Amino acid sequence: MIPLSWFLALSAALFVLGVAAFFVKRDLITMFLAVEVMLNAANLAFLTFAKKQGLLAGQVIVFFIITVAAAEAAVGLAIILLVFRQRKSIKTDEVDLMKG
Amino acid sequence: MAAALFLILAATSVGAVLGMILSRNQAYSALWLVLAFAALGGLFGLLDAPFIAAVQIIIYAGAIMVLFIFVIMMIPLSTALPPERRKATLFLSIILAVVLAAEMAVSLWAMLRGRETAGPGGLGSTKALGRLLFGDFIYPFEITSLLIMAALVGAIVLAKKRDKA
Amino acid sequence: MTELYWLIPLIPGLSFFILLVFGPKLPKAWVSLQACLAVLASLVLSLVSFLGLLNTPPAGLPLVKTLFQWISVGRFSAALSFHFDPLTAVMTLVVTGVGFLIHVYSVGYMARDRGYSRYFALLNLFTFAMLLLVMASNMVLLFVGWEGVGLCSYLLIGFWYEKPAAAAAGQKAFIVNRIGDAGFLLGILFLFLFVGGTEFRAIDQAALQGGLSQGAATLICLLLFIGACGKSAQIPLYIWLPDAMEGPTPVSALIHAATMVTAGVYMVSRLNLLYSLSPAALQVVALVGAVTAVYAATMALVQNDIKRILAYSTISQIGFMFIGCGVGAYAAGMFHLTTHAFFKSLLFLAAGSVLHALSGEQDIRKMGGLRKHLPLTYATFLIGALAIAGVPFLSGFFSKDAILSRAYAGGHPVLWAAGLLAAVMTAFYMFRLVLLAFHGQERLEPEAKKHLHESPPVMTIPLVILAVFSIGAGYLGLPVVLGKNLDRFFRFLEPVIRPGQEGPLSSGLEWSLILASVAAAAAGIAAALVFYGRQPRIPGRLVHRFPGLYKLLLNKYYMDEIYGAVIVNPLLRGSEAVYDHFDLKVIDGAVNGAGRLAGWVGRFLNSLQSGRLKDYALGLLAGLIIILGALLL
Repeated sequence: MIPLSWFLALSAALFVLGVAAFFVKRDLITMFLAVEVMLNAANLAFLTFAKKQGLLAGQVIVFFIITVAAAEAAVGLAIILLVFRQRKSIKTDEVDLMKG
Repeated sequence: MAAALFLILAATSVGAVLGMILSRNQAYSALWLVLAFAALGGLFGLLDAPFIAAVQIIIYAGAIMVLFIFVIMMIPLSTALPPERRKATLFLSIILAVVLAAEMAVSLWAMLRGRETAGPGGLGSTKALGRLLFGDFIYPFEITSLLIMAALVGAIVLAKKRDKA
Repeated sequence: MTELYWLIPLIPGLSFFILLVFGPKLPKAWVSLQACLAVLASLVLSLVSFLGLLNTPPAGLPLVKTLFQWISVGRFSAALSFHFDPLTAVMTLVVTGVGFLIHVYSVGYMARDRGYSRYFALLNLFTFAMLLLVMASNMVLLFVGWEGVGLCSYLLIGFWYEKPAAAAAGQKAFIVNRIGDAGFLLGILFLFLFVGGTEFRAIDQAALQGGLSQGAATLICLLLFIGACGKSAQIPLYIWLPDAMEGPTPVSALIHAATMVTAGVYMVSRLNLLYSLSPAALQVVALVGAVTAVYAATMALVQNDIKRILAYSTISQIGFMFIGCGVGAYAAGMFHLTTHAFFKSLLFLAAGSVLHALSGEQDIRKMGGLRKHLPLTYATFLIGALAIAGVPFLSGFFSKDAILSRAYAGGHPVLWAAGLLAAVMTAFYMFRLVLLAFHGQERLEPEAKKHLHESPPVMTIPLVILAVFSIGAGYLGLPVVLGKNLDRFFRFLEPVIRPGQEGPLSSGLEWSLILASVAAAAAGIAAALVFYGRQPRIPGRLVHRFPGLYKLLLNKYYMDEIYGAVIVNPLLRGSEAVYDHFDLKVIDGAVNGAGRLAGWVGRFLNSLQSGRLKDYALGLLAGLIIILGALLL
């Protein structure tokens, strides 16, 4: 009853919003949040296609994505903590040791 | 009826994400995102993925966002940071985002004509999902558990306070 | 033993190499000995081969020995092969004979020079190159020798390279030679194009069997002759020879009198069958020779430097040789080449003896009365002067007469007259030189008088030997009127050089021509005696009455200045302009621009690596968009 294309449109919109958020924000944590948004948009797209093609494997993939996202969030946040402890700041502009 | 549900959930998710973007306070941003994930959970349900929907709520909205909030609390941020000010990056990112959106619209154009619907009529039960998970996808499953353990260990080691030597 | 003729060039070549590498470390005595013996060995081999040649029937000629195939590209091939025939025999005997005597003389002349081993190394190298030239069996190898002698000329003219005048003279010689060589090379190319190869046998075949059109032959001959003009110092490429006198006097004797400058005459004689196909080319050769002979003689009349007088004389005499070739009397030209080698090198070496005695004074106005102090030098110089003036019973008389009579007999009275005029002037200026330098009052500077002494035997013995040959060589080629079969020289060369087409002269005509030559010589000598012996005021008065003419002659018709203004300077200015506008701006600009471009690109890429997360993410995003775009299209 709901055209699948709407789901995809929503997924696209959410992804673009995530991208925009990533570039607009200037502190690491919020940028990380934007990444999570992008991941979720991708999940939505996967599920849509799973429904479209009748493949349950799509849902399995989403399952794994969520799992990996969790692991990644844990480690990423740990790193952010470390960065903060080192530099007393999480402004991304100031984290440019890899310059050149 | 399903369409109305979809629209509400969709609007909620988009709105929540916008809220996250526009909010100056990081904690508020995280909370907005919790709302967004919840809405997304509902949308997953509409797509005949009840299990995934549940997982989304429990893990994403529940565990991951809580983790985020913990860390946000741990890092004091006295002033709110204004959004990106460097002109070049701002300019470029807006342009690229627009291009991206356009590309996605283009790719969707064909599909938008289609009339496939998401309706009831199951895709498969949780039982079937379980069978897949422990059957065809057993390897990724086990490896993922290893992955989680690695992340666990890594996070602990990284974030441990150093002993004053 | 005749089979060993191909060693003739190689022995001096080997000696050169040894002296090049080890020279400075070897004692002087060794250097002298090795250098002279190398040439002596070549001389002996030449004699032996020559004798062997006398026993070889004409059908067996020429003897050819191919050492290896040097170039083989498509249809073009040139081998490193030597040949030996009467013409080559004459040349090798002259080169090694005169060369040997000059090597010995140099031991004395250069005894106190710092560059002793370098000198002998270069002399040996020259000998090697010259022998290569005359023994080559194809034009390409000949050209190698041709270039080689040009190089040695440059190195030896500029032997005292610290003297700016010497360095400039060497450069001038080389560059002018190069201009001639451009024509020569084109000639070789056309030879290959029309004949298909550059072996002399092939060329002679093509010429005899009519495989060559007259136009093609003319083109080739003229181009090759341009090269000959450069090498043999004829108009318009003669300007280097007077300046070449900056080199050591033995060098002037060897290279610029006896051998290198005669290479052009050898080349024309070697290709006589080809030249005979083209009457037009022969006319050009004869004309250039005649004009040059007269022109150079006029300049010799007023020169005051002893070596320059001899230099202009050489140019004039070579003009004679080309007159001979141009009228088809190639053998006569070669005969004069041979006798000239003897008496001209004698004159130069004797002049060197004078310089040696006077500690380097070359101006004849500052000489005089030297016959008392340098009796042997005087005697030999006088013999040389008599020979070149064409006094009967000496060699020069017979060879000049051979050319002049054949010119007249061949129907070229103008050429004959020009030759006769040049002969008169030759006699005159040579005896002017003799009288001013050796007779009369002593006008020596005190500096010059300090070490006035006769030269050591190592220098005077070669003078004597050359004097003997200057007298005797003429008897090889007596005119037919004096008896049949006395013209041995010409008959020896017959297998190579076809006898001229001119009809036999009546003996009456021949005797009158002989008489005319004698009269010319007598007139010249008498005039010189009058001007510089009895009435020493006449020259002064003539200068006074014709100041313009005198200045013109003294300044060599201002040819050097004209060449400078018309050719050299525009080229220099043009080069500078090209340098400023093209070299600096375009080429350097491009190279520097490439460097700057690299810098810019580098700096740009550097800015991409800001270390900031967002910038890298932007890159990722851009890439993502591009990939998506590619997939969509």
